Amino acid sequence: MSTIDRTGVRERGMRSRTHRREYLVGIAFGVPAAVYVVAFFGYPLFYNVLMGFQNYTPRSFYTGEAPFVGLANYQTVISSPTFWPAIWHTAVFTVGSIAFQFAIGLGLALYFTRRFPLSGLLRAMLLLPWLLPLIVSSAIWRWMYDKDYGVVNALLKLIPGVDAGVPWLTQGNWALVAIIIANIWIGIPFNMVLLHGGLQSISADIYEAAKLDGAGAWQRFRYMTWPLLKPVTLVVLMLGLVYTIKVFDVIMGLTGGGPANQTQTLTTWSYQYSFQLFKFGPGAAVSNLLIIIATVVGLLYLRSLRRSGDPR
Amino acid sequence: MTRVMARNRRTQVRTSATQATPSLAPHRGSGERRAWIHTVIGVVILAVLLFPLYWMINASFQPSGALLKPEPSYFPTTFTLDGYRSTFATQGSNVVTSLIVSLGTVVITLLLATPAAYALAKLRVPARTSLMLVVITVQMIPGIVMANALYIVFARLRLIDNYLGLMLADATTAVPFAILIMRAFMQDIPQELMEAARIDGAGELGVFRSIVVPMSRNSIITAGLFAFLHGWSDFLFAVTLTTGSAFTPVTVGIYRFMGAQTADWNGVMATATVASIPAVFLLILVQKYIAAGITGGAVKE
Repeated sequence: MSTIDRTGVRERGMRSRTHRREYLVGIAFGVPAAVYVVAFFGYPLFYNVLMGFQNYTPRSFYTGEAPFVGLANYQTVISSPTFWPAIWHTAVFTVGSIAFQFAIGLGLALYFTRRFPLSGLLRAMLLLPWLLPLIVSSAIWRWMYDKDYGVVNALLKLIPGVDAGVPWLTQGNWALVAIIIANIWIGIPFNMVLLHGGLQSISADIYEAAKLDGAGAWQRFRYMTWPLLKPVTLVVLMLGLVYTIKVFDVIMGLTGGGPANQTQTLTTWSYQYSFQLFKFGPGAAVSNLLIIIATVVGLLYLRSLRRSGDPR
Repeated sequence: MTRVMARNRRTQVRTSATQATPSLAPHRGSGERRAWIHTVIGVVILAVLLFPLYWMINASFQPSGALLKPEPSYFPTTFTLDGYRSTFATQGSNVVTSLIVSLGTVVITLLLATPAAYALAKLRVPARTSLMLVVITVQMIPGIVMANALYIVFARLRLIDNYLGLMLADATTAVPFAILIMRAFMQDIPQELMEAARIDGAGELGVFRSIVVPMSRNSIITAGLFAFLHGWSDFLFAVTLTTGSAFTPVTVGIYRFMGAQTADWNGVMATATVASIPAVFLLILVQKYIAAGITGGAVKE
C-alpha cells in the first residue's frame, strides 16, 4: 500500500479512480465466499442463539412458529442431572486428550528431527490416523475394545495377573477412558506435524554451540528447545483445545454418549436433545454454551497467535 | 565432518558424558550404523501407531465367525472376501453417494474459495486483516451449532435429504480451510506477471484465469483434495441433515452397520477399509502440503 501511495502526486485524480476500481475488483472476487460465510456461518450462529430462547416443537417445522420462552431452555438444561456430568466429561475428555496427544506428539517430533534413512516416509505414514474419516477410526476402536473378542483385552490378558477383560465401552469410567485413548490416537499426528515444523525452524547451530559448551541432552531440551518452541506450543495447545472441545464423531461412534450418559459431552448432549429427542430449544441452549466456551478458547488462541508473532 | 570433530572435542572435554551415552563414540562408521538403528526404531513406532489400521484390514479378511473367539488371529489365516462382497452389496450405493457429495463439495469449495483467496492475497480489499480473522475463527465454530440451525432452515427450504444441501453444509469445513491454504501460496505469485498481463490488455477475469489459476495449480489441487476428504469424512452433517430415506453417505452407513449388527465385524471392517482409501490417496498425492493443511494454512511451515 505504501509503495503505491509514494508514487508521485501528479496523477492523483486518476489514481483515486483506479483505487476505487481496484477495491471493486477485490470485492467482486470476494463476494461469493462472503455471501456463503454469512449464510452458512453467520446466520446459523445467529439462529442458534435465537433458538435458545424459543420453544421448538415438531409442529414448528410446518408452521415455522416457535414461541419465545425466555430462559426456560437454559433452565431445563442447567437443572438437568446430565448438566454437570456433561461439563465434567467435556473437560476430562479435552484435557486428557490434549495432554497425551501433545506429550506423545512432542516425543515423536523430537525423534524425527534426527536425520536417518526413510525418516520422511515414516513421518508421512504416521499422518494416516489423522486423515481417516473419524467414524472409521471409531469403528476400528470399537472393534478393538470389544469386551470378549477385542484385541485390547486379549493383549491385556497377556499380562500376568490379568484374567478378566476390561468392560471398555459398557462401564462408565472405562468408557470415558476408552474414548479419550481413541481420540489421543487420532490427534497424535496433528501435534507431531506442528511441533516438528516448530523444531525445524530452530537453528541447528545453537545446538552445536551448546554441545560444545557441554550441555547434555536434557539440558539442551529444557533450556533451549522448550523456550524456543513455546510460541508453537501455545498454538498447538490452543488449536487442540478448539478442535477437541467439539469432537462428535468419535464419541458417537464409540459410545453414543452412553452408557447411561456417562460419556455425554456438551456436543453429544446437544445432538441428543435436538436430533434424538427433537427438543431443539434445549439443544440450541447446550450448543450456545459450547459457543461461549469455544469463543473464550478461541480468543485465547488468537492472543497466543499474536504473541507468537505470526501475522496470520 | 565438522560434527565428528565437534564430537571429538567434546569427548576430550567431558569424558564422563561419553561414557553415559555410548552412542557418541567417535567411530567413523558408527554414524551410519546409528542412523539405521534410528530407522529400525522408527519402523517399530510406526508399527505400534498404525496397528489399529492393520487390525482393521486383518478383520476385513476374516470370516465373522472366526473373529468371534477369545484368542484373536493376528493374521487372516482363514481368508475370506465375504466382507468386501457384503460391502459392495449393502454399502455400494452409499459409497457412490459419498463420492457424489464429496465431488460436489470440491466444486462448491473451489468456486467460492479460489477467487476469495486471490482477493485476499493480491487485490485491494477493505478490512483485509479483519476478514482474515473471520476466516480463521469461523473454523472454530462447533459443527453441532451449525447442524442445529441448518436443520431448521433446511427443513423449511426442503434441503433435508438433498444432495445440494449436504454439499453446501459439508463445504463449511472446507471453504475457510481452502481460502487460507490457497491465499498463503498465492501470495508468492510475482506481482509483475499480473501487471504484465494487464498491460497486454487482459481484464481482471483474464488475469485470474490465465495467470493466477495456472500458477496456483498445486495449492488449488491441495485445497480440492482436502475438500474431498472433508466431504467424504463428514459424519455430523450426514447424520443430521439426512433421514436415511433418500440416500445415505458411507459414514452414516458404517455407523448404522455398527449399531445394527455388531457381530458382523468382518463386514464393518471391510467397509471401513474401503472408506479409508481416499485418505491413503491424499497422503500419497499431497504429502508435503499436509503440514500446511493440518492447520488450515493458519501456520505455514
